[in-house]
Amino acid sequence: MNATALNPSLLLWIALLPLLAALIAGLAGRVIGRTGAAAITIAAVTAALVLSCIVFRQVIVLHAPVFDGPVYTWLISDGIRMQVGFLVDSLTVMMMVVVTFVSLCVHVYTIGYMHDDPGYQRFFSYISLFTFAMLMLVMSNNFLQLFFGWEAVGVVSYLLIGFWYTRPTAIFANMKAFLVNRVGDLGFLLGIAGVVYFTGSLQYQDAFGAVDKIAGGSFQIIGGHSWNALTVVCICLFIGAMGKSAQMPLHVWLPDSMEGPTPISALIHAATMVTAGIFMVARMSPLFEGSEAALSFVLVIGATTAFFMGLLGIVQNDIKRVVAYSTLSQLGYMTAALGASGYAAGVYHLMTHAFFKALLFLAAGAVIIAMHHEQDMRKMGGLAKRMPVTAITAWVGALALIGTPFFSGFYSKDALIEAVHHAERWGSGYAHWALLLGVFVTAFYTFRMIFMTFHGQSRMDHHAEEHFHDVGWDMKGPLVALAIPSLLIGLFTVGPWLFGTFFEGAIHVRPDHDVVEAAKEEFHGVVSFALHGLMTLPFWLAAAGVATAWYFVLKNPAAAASWREKFAPLVKLFENKYYFDWFNENVIARLSRGIGNLLWGVGDRGLIDGALVNGSAKLVGVVAGVVRRVQTGFLYSYAFWMVIGLALLLLWALRAVLGGAPLGATP
Amino acid sequence: MNNTLGWPILSVLVWLPIAGGVLVMALGQSRANLARWLALLISVAALVLSLVMYQHFDGATADFQLLERLPWIAPFHADYYLGVDGIAVPLILLTTFMTIPVVIMSWNSVSDRVPQYLAAFLVMEGLMIGVFAAMDALLFYFFWEAMLIPMFLIIGIWGGPRRIYATIKFFLYTFLGSVFMLVALVYMVLKTQDYSIGAFQNLPLTLLEQRWIFLAFLAAFAVKVPMWPVHTWLPDAHVEAPTGGSVILAAIMLKMGGYGLLRFSLPIAPDAAQELSGLVILLSLIAVVYIGFVALVQQDMKKLIAYSSIAHMGFVTLGAVLAWRIVASTGSTAGVAMGLDGAMVQMISHGLISGAMFLCVGVLYDRVHSRQIADYGGVVNTMPIFAAFAVLFAMANSGLPGTSGFVGEFLVILAAFKANFWYAALAGLTLILGAAYTLWMVKRVIFGAVANDKVAELKDVDARELLVLAVLALSVLALGLYPAPLLDTMRGSIEHLTQQILATKLPLP
Repeated sequence: MNATALNPSLLLWIALLPLLAALIAGLAGRVIGRTGAAAITIAAVTAALVLSCIVFRQVIVLHAPVFDGPVYTWLISDGIRMQVGFLVDSLTVMMMVVVTFVSLCVHVYTIGYMHDDPGYQRFFSYISLFTFAMLMLVMSNNFLQLFFGWEAVGVVSYLLIGFWYTRPTAIFANMKAFLVNRVGDLGFLLGIAGVVYFTGSLQYQDAFGAVDKIAGGSFQIIGGHSWNALTVVCICLFIGAMGKSAQMPLHVWLPDSMEGPTPISALIHAATMVTAGIFMVARMSPLFEGSEAALSFVLVIGATTAFFMGLLGIVQNDIKRVVAYSTLSQLGYMTAALGASGYAAGVYHLMTHAFFKALLFLAAGAVIIAMHHEQDMRKMGGLAKRMPVTAITAWVGALALIGTPFFSGFYSKDALIEAVHHAERWGSGYAHWALLLGVFVTAFYTFRMIFMTFHGQSRMDHHAEEHFHDVGWDMKGPLVALAIPSLLIGLFTVGPWLFGTFFEGAIHVRPDHDVVEAAKEEFHGVVSFALHGLMTLPFWLAAAGVATAWYFVLKNPAAAASWREKFAPLVKLFENKYYFDWFNENVIARLSRGIGNLLWGVGDRGLIDGALVNGSAKLVGVVAGVVRRVQTGFLYSYAFWMVIGLALLLLWALRAVLGGAPLGATP
Repeated sequence: MNNTLGWPILSVLVWLPIAGGVLVMALGQSRANLARWLALLISVAALVLSLVMYQHFDGATADFQLLERLPWIAPFHADYYLGVDGIAVPLILLTTFMTIPVVIMSWNSVSDRVPQYLAAFLVMEGLMIGVFAAMDALLFYFFWEAMLIPMFLIIGIWGGPRRIYATIKFFLYTFLGSVFMLVALVYMVLKTQDYSIGAFQNLPLTLLEQRWIFLAFLAAFAVKVPMWPVHTWLPDAHVEAPTGGSVILAAIMLKMGGYGLLRFSLPIAPDAAQELSGLVILLSLIAVVYIGFVALVQQDMKKLIAYSSIAHMGFVTLGAVLAWRIVASTGSTAGVAMGLDGAMVQMISHGLISGAMFLCVGVLYDRVHSRQIADYGGVVNTMPIFAAFAVLFAMANSGLPGTSGFVGEFLVILAAFKANFWYAALAGLTLILGAAYTLWMVKRVIFGAVANDKVAELKDVDARELLVLAVLALSVLALGLYPAPLLDTMRGSIEHLTQQILATKLPLP
């Protein structure tokens, strides 16, 4: 194989194989059967993973030049050629491998998890389709295809959240997810339109080349105040990311998305799709670098999400919801890193997070299956003895999540916090403290979950006790497969990837913004980095969080109850999720329906029909007298009157011609 | 005469369905089945003919092609004059394409006066093709008015309980609008002594004249599109119309308004259009936002889709009149053609999607005899194949990329952004509103547990329904994934139209 240039058809197959498998499993599910559907989708995703690894090697090891080329022309309008095409650089290949690897783990895990579900083939079809859409998103070299992938993953997410379509909560959650994402997508689309406004192109490279041109422009959006065009474009694009990556206040859909089967919570709502926003901003780094204001916006939104969503994880009792709020919080961490210009740190955390968060979700799923679909942690406890593989892997995931030195999460999170620490833009002080406090919160809710689930006394009821059964290796296998990178990937990659030249060319940072470079000065090898980590504030905050969780869950559960009482108003605020859902349902949704009813009732029926149309109701009555004959047999009375009318009008026209008196007064 | 084919294909396209319709009617109710097969044969033949037309059409040039011209009414200089350009060709293809599903779906749902029903659709097909192909104003007007007759009959005879009210409302609205158009046409005939549309386009007119002509045309076309506030006939007409009537109404008849705007209003009165473009933009944005909210609260599926149609057609009128605002805002003409392209693509796409959605409602109505959302719930449990199609069309209606519903809206929003940030932002609200009303309906009708006994007894689509829905689904996806051929067909004509729009007819000051 030629190592100097990437093969476009190879790239195409990486994306198309999962699509073909999805089509076969979806359309011919009954023909090929359950085993057939599983086999064909798993084979396709495995092939996509292998090919992705080959491409990864070519790009990273053999230094193949960046591939940036078209696949086909979607349309040409107004001289603008809109294409589907691929951009494959280090950022892309990293995403490709992560996506296909996690997807494969989830495919395998699904064999066991969905074993008894009648929608087996449909499920495999959806997750393969998702893999295709996600690959199209990350491999795109233009905004059109990015938006296609962006919306396509959204649709698959919609279908999968509502997979169990008879559940009212599921079909509410999927609609909510789609609509909240659409709010973000509106911003995203406007951002894309802004790029086209200045460049007349949808290609990334043209947009990146026109940064100065965009920065020199302005829009008058409200009143006479003119806004810097680049800031407007970047904030619009970021609003898209806020929807997809669930940043406040567009985060509300993600906790509810847990209504879907657990494998997709791992794949879509933790490891891959929700990180699309992070990926997109990193991909757009040349644009974002040009706008301090937009970056500050990103930074503050990210840090706020990181801290305040983490707090909500503390009061959850549903095991999946704890992991979901953790995901929100971690996405906030990544976003904050982006806002600090630490794109590489954000994306690096994206990668490690994909492994350990998918792991935690799949471990939670294993617990749920073992407990016969019980998700309430208050009814668990002491499971470590009964499902040791799950417990050990969950520990690995948890330790990685809280940033324990030597675990993958440590490297990414520590670097990320350092990057934000070095940032010097508006909001960076607030962000740094929010992220630091967030470390304590993360450790607290994570180990509250671990202790409640796997340790202490069993609180299982008789029913659960009777049906309890540990999961098989089809589910444990993926846990182990994900535990390995959760444990080790940081060790091997942090040096070359984060502090090396891995992202060079893919991510652009202005030298005076380069916080990762600043953090790098404290980096003297992976081991000393980790050892140094043992002496830093984040480590002790995390340790304090674990200790607090241990105290409240295992040592002195009574204290937890009394603390809850002491802070009752705060707990209420958390349990109601800061009232975002209440506001959306009671104000926004109700107001929309109210506006609709008002416009329909008063506008359409009252004013237009009532006053204007039926105002000539008598005329209607007269005509109706004629028309009634339609029913009595004069089928063509309409036609007759039409022809008569036409003839009269023509006669009138003729009269004007013959009379030589043109209408109007032109000589 | 520029007719590369050597035989009058456009005349055949117009008159074959009409003659066929008469033939079908002659068969009588006793031979209903034969009538169905014959109608199917004729509609397929028309589709094949239109594909031949497409094959022989060159989209690179703006010239009208496949011309036919015969003297018609000599004293008026009115000719029987047919020809097509890149704006007419896609619309004729849409017409022939969408008539076939109507014929096939009537197999199950129509048993009363079958030959007349099919004849009405075939005659209407011919007349609608005539509207798009006519190059003589009188001929155009003849087709334009005549096409309403079969539609009146379809709603008036095969319609629902309030069909008389709906028909009269439809009649009053469209006829009043058309009268104004006729006056404008007559005025121009008197000035040019020529009935050809091309002559009108080249006719120098003062700003005052243009203003009146533009408003007169707008009266006719706004009703057809329909634009707010002359839209209220559409939901009533749709609700009362039989499925086939709704399909043709939504898929093709509404396009007459958009076609008229592009063929008459803009090239004939460009200066008035410039002056009044603010009004049209305002009405278009109201259509998108106001109607979006109204659609949200509809309880009747057909009404909901009808309102959705109005909102989507708002993109057609918006894209059509952005030109001068773009030039004023950016100082360049880049983006003008994109708005027009978007308007055209939106028309074709809406034809496919709204037609498909009305067919879906028809499939349910044939079984349950209700259009009320509240009478359904959990249809997916008993009709999984149908549900898959319904969700696909719902997503297309929500403008999902990869379906045709995205293409036109995307192009119009890109162009609108060039004119004004807020035009794009308000039009873009359709992303949220369109998804909200469509998916909320899907949630209540398709998803959930089986709601009642009627839903529990539903049978999934039969082979005929499957065929129709599958072909429509494939076309919606094909146009969404590869719209380039459509754009290529229109290129020359859209470029020409851009020049016409931006060239003033007024003497230089």
